[in-house]
Amino acid sequence: MTSTPTHASAAPGAPLLEVSNLSVRFPTHDGLVQAVSDLSYTVRRGQTLGIVGESGSGKSVSSMAVLGLHDPKQTRLEGSIRINGREIIGASESTLREMRGKEVAMIFQDPLTALHPFYSIGRQIIEAYRIHHKVSKSVARKRAIEVLDRVGIPQPQSRVDDFPHQFSGGMRQRAMIAMALVNDPTLLIADEPTTALDVTVQAQILDLLQDLQREFDSAIVMITHDLGVIAEIADDVLVMYGGRAVEKGPCKEILSHPEMPYTWGLLSSIPEVTGDVDVPLVPIPGTPPSLLNPPSGCAFNPRCTFRDQVPGDLCRTELPLLVPGGRGPGHEKRCHLPDPDAVFQAKQAEILVEAGLDPHAPTTGEDAR
Amino acid sequence: MLGFIVRRILTAILVVFLTSIFVFVLLYKGVANPAGPVCDAQGRCTAERLAAIEASMGLNDPILQQYGEFAGGVFTGRTVSFGETEYDCPAPCLGVSYGTRGLITDELVDRLPATISLAVGASIIYLVVGVTLGVLAAKKRGTATDRVLVSSSLVVSSIPYYLFCLLAYIFLVLKYPVFDETGYLPITEGVGAFFLAMLLPWLVLGLFSSSNYARFTRGQMVETLGEDYIRTASAKGVSGNKVVFGHALRAAIVPIVTIFGLDFAALLGGTIFTEQIFRIDGIGLWALDAVTRPPLDFPVVIATVLVVAVIITIANLVVDIVYGFLDPRVRIS
Repeated sequence: MTSTPTHASAAPGAPLLEVSNLSVRFPTHDGLVQAVSDLSYTVRRGQTLGIVGESGSGKSVSSMAVLGLHDPKQTRLEGSIRINGREIIGASESTLREMRGKEVAMIFQDPLTALHPFYSIGRQIIEAYRIHHKVSKSVARKRAIEVLDRVGIPQPQSRVDDFPHQFSGGMRQRAMIAMALVNDPTLLIADEPTTALDVTVQAQILDLLQDLQREFDSAIVMITHDLGVIAEIADDVLVMYGGRAVEKGPCKEILSHPEMPYTWGLLSSIPEVTGDVDVPLVPIPGTPPSLLNPPSGCAFNPRCTFRDQVPGDLCRTELPLLVPGGRGPGHEKRCHLPDPDAVFQAKQAEILVEAGLDPHAPTTGEDAR
Repeated sequence: MLGFIVRRILTAILVVFLTSIFVFVLLYKGVANPAGPVCDAQGRCTAERLAAIEASMGLNDPILQQYGEFAGGVFTGRTVSFGETEYDCPAPCLGVSYGTRGLITDELVDRLPATISLAVGASIIYLVVGVTLGVLAAKKRGTATDRVLVSSSLVVSSIPYYLFCLLAYIFLVLKYPVFDETGYLPITEGVGAFFLAMLLPWLVLGLFSSSNYARFTRGQMVETLGEDYIRTASAKGVSGNKVVFGHALRAAIVPIVTIFGLDFAALLGGTIFTEQIFRIDGIGLWALDAVTRPPLDFPVVIATVLVVAVIITIANLVVDIVYGFLDPRVRIS
């Protein structure tokens, strides 16, 4: 790992991004919205963290907090966010501005709405570059062409003057990535970068992100609701529900031995290309919890079909702690179930039997990998 | 782009042409006899004299032939006759005023500078003041500043404009002479005098209209400030003011320019209350006098309607072309 002099404060091997006990709350007329509660995670250089969850689970809100993009007047932030050892929460607006786009860059979901419709692609990239580099417009323009070329825009010399509406969806997302990369950020936050794209383009964009990560040794936080994307790109996974981390750990471990019923739900609600067409997709029943009046106990309990297996109504009365799971270090889960792995295996078998298939045939997440 | 402009110009010409037919036919086939005011103006109007004047004015011809003469006069000039008297009316001829017996074209050219001065001055004020206040309110959305700006703009908008004008005149000219007598003085008679005489009308019209612009701008700005590309700009590290002015206002200004173009055109068509109360001898006052003071001045009414039609079609054309420059998505290559 190379450490550049500007980031000297980060010790070698120390996490690039360190979020600890982060809470984000929005006071509203109806009360306090608990968007994120007590969230902790770390990301190292060269690593990708996937944050998964439904809409309103707090995944985007927590990432906006990393950039300090919340209006301080309308947001209550608690805890700590450190980037290269520097604290973000409570930092001055000028410090934040200095960091935004330079150390941390963000890629948004829909590149058509995330790019300014009235400015050319080149102009928007040039602006991003010149905020952090005191160079002339022509130097910045060369740099813009260079990054457009790097992300695979054909004929960047002429396309640099195009407007976003003249680009296709995939090219717009490439341009967005080019804009994020122009200042060589060490941390890239990608908020559902492939959701608005069709599947073949999705794969290209994910490949591009992985190539760039290898090249620049940057850290990526990938926010998505798509476990397929996670399986493809992430080293670690953080599953969020109702503003809290409900399960986290190494990607392989979480996908093959999830220990939290919500993660199970996510896994069984996506189709597998290699899976049998007769195996039904199982949606998670119910709706995401209100962040204004969260359910007591475990936030997932009203939708959880396994809460009867927990003795003494614990799910409804007590918030489970985030504790190490049964299978090795790094895997943590927030669930009262006594032996979740056994329950999970039984559930898998049950689904297969219902579909009239052999429960011992290899179709679980572990083997599909 | 050129083809687009040519097409739009042809449409504009058609619109003006149709408007002119419409107003001509409505007036000449309407309730009043066009010869009546001419006849009345020459003393006691007998039936024979009225018939003679009608004949000399060509009122017995089919209406389309009359229109043809009028329209032909615009391009080639013609002779206008009121009974015994005849007037030579060179192109572009819009007729002869019943009241003054002057050429309509000359009177129009005399009055246009006053109306243009009023429109330009007032529109600069309302654009600058309105947009600035609107941006400020949007930036401070939800705060006391925002509420004061929005509610005071609503208060101003809910006062009838003529009352606003009159109160300003009564208090600022008559009761406490903050301003000297108002009116239009040609700029050739002294730049200072011109500005002093027009300042109050500009302020009254400009500030009154700016309340609408402030609310409209605020609405547009609040909308664009919530757009994804604004968040993108912040995430790049763009400073707060640059986000507001460079990114949000750049997008919000497009509909504002559209409204502004049409409002400005309407002002060029004359502002009756402002011109009447502040004694500015412009198009609005001219049109008002034509219909309220005898003799009912048919040619002036037609001329003022045509002027408004031409100005509004030109304004629409300009707005469309400017729109193409402001919004690359509608730019026609």
